[in-house]
Amino acid sequence: MTLLKGGTPIEDSWVHLDDETAAPAGAAITVSFARWQAESEALKASGVTLGVRLTGDDAAEEITDDLNALQLVVIAFPAFTDGRGYSIARILRERYGYEGEVRATGNILRDQASLMTRCGFDAFDLAAHTDVADWLEGLKDITLEYQPAADRRRSVPQIRHA
Amino acid sequence: MYSYDQYDTQLVNERVAQFRDQVQRRLDGRLSEEEFRPLRLLNGLYLQLHAYMLRVAVPYGTLSSAQLRMLAQIARRYDRGYGHFTTRQNIQYNWTKLEDAPDILADLASVEMHAIQTSGNTIRNTTSDPYAGVAAEELEDPRVYCEIIRQWSTLHPEFTFLPRKFKIAVTASPNDRAAVKVHDIGIAIRKNAEGETGFEILVGGGLGRTPMVGKTIRDFLPKEHLLSYLEAILRVYNLNGRRDNKYKARIKILVHDLGTDAFREQVDAEWENLRGKGPELPPAEMERIRAFFAPPEYEKPGSNHQDYIEKLRTNAGFAEWVRANVVEHKQNGYAIVNISLKPEGGIPGDATAVQMDSVADLAEKYSMAEIRVTHQQNLVLPNVRQADLFVMWEELRNQGLATNNIGLISDIIACPGLDYCGLATARSIPVAQRISTRFADLKRQHDLGELQLKISGCINACGHHHVGHIGILGVDRNNEEYYQITLGGRADENAAIGKIIGRAFSSDDVVDAVETVVNTYVDQRQDDERFIDTYERIGPKPFKEALYDAA
Ligand code: SF4
Repeated sequence: MTLLKGGTPIEDSWVHLDDETAAPAGAAITVSFARWQAESEALKASGVTLGVRLTGDDAAEEITDDLNALQLVVIAFPAFTDGRGYSIARILRERYGYEGEVRATGNILRDQASLMTRCGFDAFDLAAHTDVADWLEGLKDITLEYQPAADRRRSVPQIRHA
Repeated sequence: MYSYDQYDTQLVNERVAQFRDQVQRRLDGRLSEEEFRPLRLLNGLYLQLHAYMLRVAVPYGTLSSAQLRMLAQIARRYDRGYGHFTTRQNIQYNWTKLEDAPDILADLASVEMHAIQTSGNTIRNTTSDPYAGVAAEELEDPRVYCEIIRQWSTLHPEFTFLPRKFKIAVTASPNDRAAVKVHDIGIAIRKNAEGETGFEILVGGGLGRTPMVGKTIRDFLPKEHLLSYLEAILRVYNLNGRRDNKYKARIKILVHDLGTDAFREQVDAEWENLRGKGPELPPAEMERIRAFFAPPEYEKPGSNHQDYIEKLRTNAGFAEWVRANVVEHKQNGYAIVNISLKPEGGIPGDATAVQMDSVADLAEKYSMAEIRVTHQQNLVLPNVRQADLFVMWEELRNQGLATNNIGLISDIIACPGLDYCGLATARSIPVAQRISTRFADLKRQHDLGELQLKISGCINACGHHHVGHIGILGVDRNNEEYYQITLGGRADENAAIGKIIGRAFSSDDVVDAVETVVNTYVDQRQDDERFIDTYERIGPKPFKEALYDAA
């Protein structure tokens, strides 16, 4: 895996816990949505740095009260055709003003990166063989957009009437 | 009509360059077919039975002469000299090569056209009334909103990987020629009690395996909220539409499973957060787009108008063509002219490069250089002076484009079927050709009156058989092509799904069966009743008896 954040490959410093393992002291951890629902109070009280992993099936609305306590939301794409994560990211960013990391993981394609960025993703878990330079090139393909979205770039209608 | 500014041009050019790079990566093996597939689909490129098919968007069916000439040139240069107009007002080229696709897209971009989102699970080309802007009875030009939707839906970051494809249609006329009730979203421009125009919003219509008529979820949406409301609908669908079964993934299934009221509540809850925010257009932008669709300068009927009246009286062939193919224009002295792409025994919707060029020329000469593509797979010249009709008719006749069968039994909608389509269970085109030949006698066709016959080569229903007055669906029975007949469907403002009349007919028998249905109507009709009126009055029984009891 290569983790790309803000356009730079970095080490993933997070520990992604399964639903049984106890949180190691002092670590930054992510837990599944199910575990979050069951243990969020205890986890928040434990003082560790927290993140949650979501899939399209999870009721993302239910973490919105806790967004202050979360440094990372990981959204899974079990298949590149599963577009639910795009809506979830926009809702977190635009409706709830979430400013922590929103990371895409799973089956994500180079040619989806710019759409994901526009929806508010700022980190990508890339498959091991990914050519990072090429991936970053893909972000530059389209430089204009008709719709305002989570990246807060000015849309074409806004530019036209600036 | 709309014309691109620097931003529209830049975006489409960037898209062409992006696709050129994607094709290059496919050709040199950096992308597998599996990885490439979603990318080519987002640019309208399908792999069919024999070749790549490229579907080009004709936004809401409006073309300029220059654009139509480019479509002709593409047909000549990259295909076999013809193209195929579809029920969604697009054009398809059935014989293209992958390595040519980027050049085709670049040629299209040079005339402000593209193939963006003509396939894939995303928002497709927004369709509209082919008589938009010129229909006598319309409230205002619906293409203003189609263009707004075109821009908003183009490369929308959130809605490019929906559960399934998504089709929007807009009409502004009480006579619905855009089939808004059988679209994922149908938009009908309405006037409220205060005399303001706004939108009635329908959702969940569609054909395919589970045909459904759309339900109204909002009677009157103020214009300024169009995009926030659409975004709310799409978001509810994107998050909740089924992704486990592609046959249950269209929005109609979600609306049906939740119930219309519960669906509306979810949309309204989402809309609360979007209304007046992000996606909403600045009023100045709405005005900018509206200005492109301002009515042209029309001339007053001149002295040669009398010649037209005279020709109508003295030339029976011309008068018949006018009666069938020419429609009342909102402007006195002008006419809307339909050009049938359904000649006797022809392939519905096909046009040769030569024909496209001559229609482009005619439009330049007689119709302010504008052409429309219709949902019925025909072409329209929307702004013709009545005084020019006679000379134009003569020119059309020379090109084999004066078939006067609009709305009649041989004005058939047919999908490509097994001749091209990898999903087909049976052929559609040859059946259409045989029916058109059987009913070649135009006198008889005119006597039968309005009759919509629609043929699909499989249950996906691209030929809209469910909403044909007579629908024909190709099915497979022990590896033989059989055809199921449905009666009583309609796609207009009283949209209804046709009912299967009985067991299917073999390919040899299906044309006779259609003729039996038609003869039954003739026996039973009262006065000037149309086929659909007779059917609705007497029901299926007499048709069933005629088809099956004799045997
Ligand atoms: S109805 Fe079936 S056969 Fe016809 S074009 Fe659609 S998918 Fe192909």
